[in-house]
Amino acid sequence: MSKNGVNIRIQDLKTDGAHLRDLNITIGSVLRDTWEEKQGPTPFPSLTTLRSWDKRLLNRYKPFYMPFCDLCCLCTYGKCDLTGKKRGACGISMPAQQSRTVLISACIGAATHTSHSRELLTYLTEKFGRDHPINFGDVGIEVEAPITRLVCGIKPTNLGDLESVLDYCESQITQLLAVTHTGQEGNNLDFESKIFHAGMIDHVGMEVADIAQISSLNFPRADPEAALVDLGLGTVDLEKPVILVIGHNVPPAASIIDYLRDNGLVSAIEVTGICCTAIDMTRYSSKAKIIGPISWQLRYIRSGVPDVIVIDEQCVRTDTLEEAALIHTPLIATSEKNCLGLVDRTEDSVEDIVEGFVSGTVTGALILDPEKVGAVAVRTAQALSPKRKKKGTIPSKEQLVEFAKKCTQCMLCRRACPNDLPLPQAIKAAAGGNLSGLDEIYDDCLGCGRCEPACAQKIPVHSLIVSAADKKTREDTYCLRTGRGPIRDVEIRKVGGPIVLGEIPGVVAFVGCANYPKGSREVAEMCMEFAKRRYIVCTSGCSAMSAGMFRNEEGKTAYEQYSGAFEAGGIVNVGSCVANSHIAGAAIKIASVFAKRPLRGNYEEIADYVYNRVGAVGVAWGAMSQKAVAIAAGFWRLGIPVVVGPHGTKYRRMLLGRADREEDWYVHDARTGDKVYVGPVPEHLFFAAETKEEAMVMIAKLTMRPNDTSKGRANKLAHYIDLHKRLVGGIPADVSLFVRTRADIPLTMKDEIERHLAGQNWTERPIPDPTLLPRMIHKRV
Amino acid sequence: MNESWQTAEIPGPKKASLIVKPEIADAIIRRAKRPILIVGHGILEYDVEGKKLIDCLIALARKGNIPVVVTASTNREFLSRDFKPAAIMPAVDISNRLTDPVWKGLDGKDPYDLAIFVGLPYAMESTLLSGLKHFAPGVKTMTLDCLYQPNASWSFPNSTIKDWAESLKGIVSNLGD
Repeated sequence: MSKNGVNIRIQDLKTDGAHLRDLNITIGSVLRDTWEEKQGPTPFPSLTTLRSWDKRLLNRYKPFYMPFCDLCCLCTYGKCDLTGKKRGACGISMPAQQSRTVLISACIGAATHTSHSRELLTYLTEKFGRDHPINFGDVGIEVEAPITRLVCGIKPTNLGDLESVLDYCESQITQLLAVTHTGQEGNNLDFESKIFHAGMIDHVGMEVADIAQISSLNFPRADPEAALVDLGLGTVDLEKPVILVIGHNVPPAASIIDYLRDNGLVSAIEVTGICCTAIDMTRYSSKAKIIGPISWQLRYIRSGVPDVIVIDEQCVRTDTLEEAALIHTPLIATSEKNCLGLVDRTEDSVEDIVEGFVSGTVTGALILDPEKVGAVAVRTAQALSPKRKKKGTIPSKEQLVEFAKKCTQCMLCRRACPNDLPLPQAIKAAAGGNLSGLDEIYDDCLGCGRCEPACAQKIPVHSLIVSAADKKTREDTYCLRTGRGPIRDVEIRKVGGPIVLGEIPGVVAFVGCANYPKGSREVAEMCMEFAKRRYIVCTSGCSAMSAGMFRNEEGKTAYEQYSGAFEAGGIVNVGSCVANSHIAGAAIKIASVFAKRPLRGNYEEIADYVYNRVGAVGVAWGAMSQKAVAIAAGFWRLGIPVVVGPHGTKYRRMLLGRADREEDWYVHDARTGDKVYVGPVPEHLFFAAETKEEAMVMIAKLTMRPNDTSKGRANKLAHYIDLHKRLVGGIPADVSLFVRTRADIPLTMKDEIERHLAGQNWTERPIPDPTLLPRMIHKRV
Repeated sequence: MNESWQTAEIPGPKKASLIVKPEIADAIIRRAKRPILIVGHGILEYDVEGKKLIDCLIALARKGNIPVVVTASTNREFLSRDFKPAAIMPAVDISNRLTDPVWKGLDGKDPYDLAIFVGLPYAMESTLLSGLKHFAPGVKTMTLDCLYQPNASWSFPNSTIKDWAESLKGIVSNLGD
């Protein structure tokens, strides 16, 4: 597909009916289409094109609302009390208001990814040209942009083609945001449908960003053996100058690495990162080091280790400039979206900026030229490191005890803590010299720092925690297999059958932020458990880091223990946030590459296939951001359930199925046209688990699909029942809902399941060729 | 007295009445025709005067003849005490069902009119109680945790473990009268 501007000029044209003179016609663009596949029914869908598909899903998975606030305060009529059945001054109900708020979140998320994608694409296009091919090399990827092909119905071949894809995303996000204005949409389910639309657009935006950077910056190209890179606070060589980059948009970090390469300084300076920029820069250079997820920002900056901090966009603490000033480290802001009040020094010389930083007369600068950032960051780090001597603000053990003695046990720190951690008790013990309580809290601490401004005694509570865990931070040395990008078509062909038939019990993707209820370790434990059970495990973003921050009894991290291939028992790190698109892309490719379903502009059919056949589940155990909502919504529209941790209930609503309502779980049998009961599979579309154990049982349950063969269903049931027995106790009460025929019963559990079924009035039922779409029924009446 | 435990969790116009003495909770339970007790994993962390909180709740359920729904992995502890919960269900699932006015309960007889929560993570319990406050007008809610939950119909104030334990003991004891 190619887009070109066309100008037609007619100087003098005489016909029988008219005489045209000096006519100029300008056509903004003409799409040159080289894709042979027939266009599907829904290319470039508008806000309502897929509404009927959404309603099919929402009819099963009705929103369970949990208002996070009883009021609406979005206009000057308000605040309006929406408690119960009350309505606001504009007439809005509480259900509509909740869905509206979720839509606003999803729009923020989709806009953020799409804006990131636009900024990245503009940079790469300027650097490499619009004709730069989207090409992953000779690794067997023919469908390089499955989401874009599915949603937009076009096949992008170069960077220039991606511009029109982003044009579409931007127009949709603008319209979706307009929907949330006072007096627009009023129906909660129409809001929900639009949330799904925002999620789908978000996935397109993410895909554009990642395929553009993979194609242009030589990231690993679907490489299951992508490099193992250093991860953790303890991996940093403190003898060297250290640069810290935080955020999501890689060009400034890449230019730092380029500058080091060009000047022979690669081994002289440590380039470290937090959040997704960290993952993407290790895709650019495996010498770069990842410190950890977003929650590592305060502890790392306060350690005093970074000599220069470079921030780009998204998930950057907004007090980074103040924290950097406390350790006398200059900060470089590099994004128009995150200027922090700094003076724009883009046009100033590198020498002038570096001199200001080194002399201490300037604490930060906005530099909107990635190449200049590279030079400034490196030269500043070199000059400043010997002067700073890595001086931080973490108190010594003696200072910690003195601070702790000031504590009045008012409990306000604990009441500010999102995880309700027992800080007062630990600080009381610390005042007596026992630091074990604070040391334990370090493992569960989110690093948000809310405890500090809550303290009336001005105790730097978070720094006390980090000080007490000093030994842990020094030993914080792990590794992560850097983001491999997409899944190869050949891998899809290999696992497509076993996944669709259920013989590989499922694909479980651990994605998203680090707002964990009990620390990173739970993500690593879940990843390893499902890999051990021969599920395909995917990771991305901060969850990919958490998955690597734990060693088993043999001292191995998840990435050292399991392969990086998209295969049973693999742990596949696809990359940063925007690489989440490859997980959705893999599900889509199972439908198109493996099952040969038409892909082009054919969203409903592909989603129907994925929903009924591909046992994929997303897990965002520490989901925090608006981007996480958008990512989840993209999976919901594809029919892929998402599990979140307990903090996820703050997203205001779940999408829950009702296993007890038989009438909700009928599908069409595509072979006969009959309506067939298939049981509650998958039972929920958006579910918040209370504990890791509850999540693991639910994940295993949610991988079941109507299309599972008996062998596949038996395999999935075996894992579900085994996890339930081990983590909850006993055979799950609902097991009869998932056994369709006796052949579905796991062999090793035959007797006890049959005994259980005997008490449940259970009878065999048929296994259909399932679809929710009447038009997919083969039989014609 | 009626400040949310989490400081920023500012309640809306409708907020929980305080259980200032055990007799109030006792009266609420006695008045309910169809109560249900929803127990989260947090109960395993607390002792009530040398006894585990779970033992106190089992006594409450037995004396009040209240069906118990256990969430997460709490089930094992109940089974080890020879107490079979009425159901094992995720907290979001049972809460969702409680908002359905035509749901006839776990036994298929009648809708519940009182949901008693205890032991869920504070923030999660708060949001679930909010769901019921707005969308389950036929269900009153009560929390037996020692922290004030503004979205419940009734809640203890933020209490010391000692005071809270006294109150729980009082509730169980009164129900036996």
